[in-house]
Amino acid sequence: MTPGKTSLSAIKAALFLLCLTPAFLLWRGLETDSLGANPIEALTRSTGEWTLRFLLITLTVTPLRKLTGWHWILRLRRMLGLFAFAYATAHLATYVWLDQFFDWEAIARDILKRPFITVGFAALVLMAPLAATSSNFAIRRLGGRRWQALHRAIYPIALLGCVHFWWLVKKDVTWPLIYTVIAVALLGLRAWWRELERRKQLAGGYLPQEPKFEGKVIKIFAR
Amino acid sequence: MLIRHPTPILPSEITAPDLYRERRRFMGLAGSLALAGSLPAGLAHAAPSPLGPITKSPLSTTESQTSYKAVTTYNNFYELGTDKEDPAQNTHRLKPAPWTVRIEGLVNKPRTFSIDELLKLAPLEERIYRMRCVEGWSMVIPWVGIPLASLLKLVDPQGSARFVEFISHYDKATMTRGVLDWPYNEALRLDEARHPLTLLALGLYGEVLPIQNGAPLRLVVPWKYGFKSGKSIVAIRLTEKQPVTAWMKAGPSEYGFYSNVNPEVDHPRWSQATERRIGEFSKRKTLMFNGYADQVASLYTGMDLRRNF
Repeated sequence: MTPGKTSLSAIKAALFLLCLTPAFLLWRGLETDSLGANPIEALTRSTGEWTLRFLLITLTVTPLRKLTGWHWILRLRRMLGLFAFAYATAHLATYVWLDQFFDWEAIARDILKRPFITVGFAALVLMAPLAATSSNFAIRRLGGRRWQALHRAIYPIALLGCVHFWWLVKKDVTWPLIYTVIAVALLGLRAWWRELERRKQLAGGYLPQEPKFEGKVIKIFAR
Repeated sequence: MLIRHPTPILPSEITAPDLYRERRRFMGLAGSLALAGSLPAGLAHAAPSPLGPITKSPLSTTESQTSYKAVTTYNNFYELGTDKEDPAQNTHRLKPAPWTVRIEGLVNKPRTFSIDELLKLAPLEERIYRMRCVEGWSMVIPWVGIPLASLLKLVDPQGSARFVEFISHYDKATMTRGVLDWPYNEALRLDEARHPLTLLALGLYGEVLPIQNGAPLRLVVPWKYGFKSGKSIVAIRLTEKQPVTAWMKAGPSEYGFYSNVNPEVDHPRWSQATERRIGEFSKRKTLMFNGYADQVASLYTGMDLRRNF
């Protein structure tokens, strides 16, 4: 089941609108004053949670592809990852603008002194180069291998996001726990598959040939 | 026959127009439900009934009050759910009547009070207080209640009594499990409990206390973080030893016995220097003892407030 070029474009357009829905609903909520008594807190919290959700959805693409054989869904991954970055940026903007109102001194102090803000900020900083290299050009430029190595940074980013959430709640860790379990499962699945692959190779008694790239482009993107 | 003298109308007793309409709508709805013969017992409490007569207090602030809607929909009352919106939606989990509160422990005249008895114990006062939550937000709330001191006087504390513990209602069948060690308890030093600012609140905005705000009676200690003011109290116990409170058990490094509002002593995970007043855009500076330093600072002379956080 591989959609053709036109239907893939349609799927991408639909997904784009779907990913924008939370932002639209938040905007509507602000306009109609229906975000509760503390709209700034609601906005901060919601953009943060959507960042984490998009990170986890992005991390679901590869396992889902492996389990279902829908290789084409890989072509949706870039958009999902970029939405994670977009919501993270909105999250930071809410904090800098609405919460701290550009009090750079207080912000700097928060980042240095508050562990939950330190890890949250670290996650966002780590996301920036990934977002910046989310183009076919960047993949060609970096070479597929290096590009892939760089983009594996999403693993620690997702975990930092979970820690950020965990450390900020006062007492009820139900939701941070749920996100962490999902993140650990998604990463654990990868580790497990890698282990299976290793065992298979050992049992087969062959040593895989180190592939030679020598500046060649690996096509992991759509033409 | 009881002849009631007219009392001056307090600003907080004048219902805001949108609230008035909301209430009208609710009454209409309740009326039609009642006609259908299906008015559940719990719903009757959702229509707040006015308290009176109420006298003004010189201890009230003149700052503009947080809207009734915000005060009754943005609550920390974990027994009814851990999200701010939960308590207002889960009011059916707590039945505020019939209700009694027992005063026990190191007192010469232990006694159990009904809410009606408490309402008649001392003249009801309106106390418009600032409320600062440990999470960094604040409100200005017109409470109605009686000074806790008037109740303590009646039960005659023994000489050895040094602390007052407040135990909240807990029903395992209907309320949140886990999160904290239930039932919720809080405590004050006896001199803090006897301080004129310390209020036993029975109402809010001139009306009976809504369930999500701690019906039918709660403590209000305006110079301490909000969690020190226990809700839906069923027992008040005088002790010699300092009680270990629910939040001290949950996070001893984050929540101390005193928990006085103090902009200079941060929560380990966030700053307490500023706060967001609900309904305002910009943050404001948090005041020492939540702005009640003139009245309460003397309670803590010679104490290291950084250590006794």
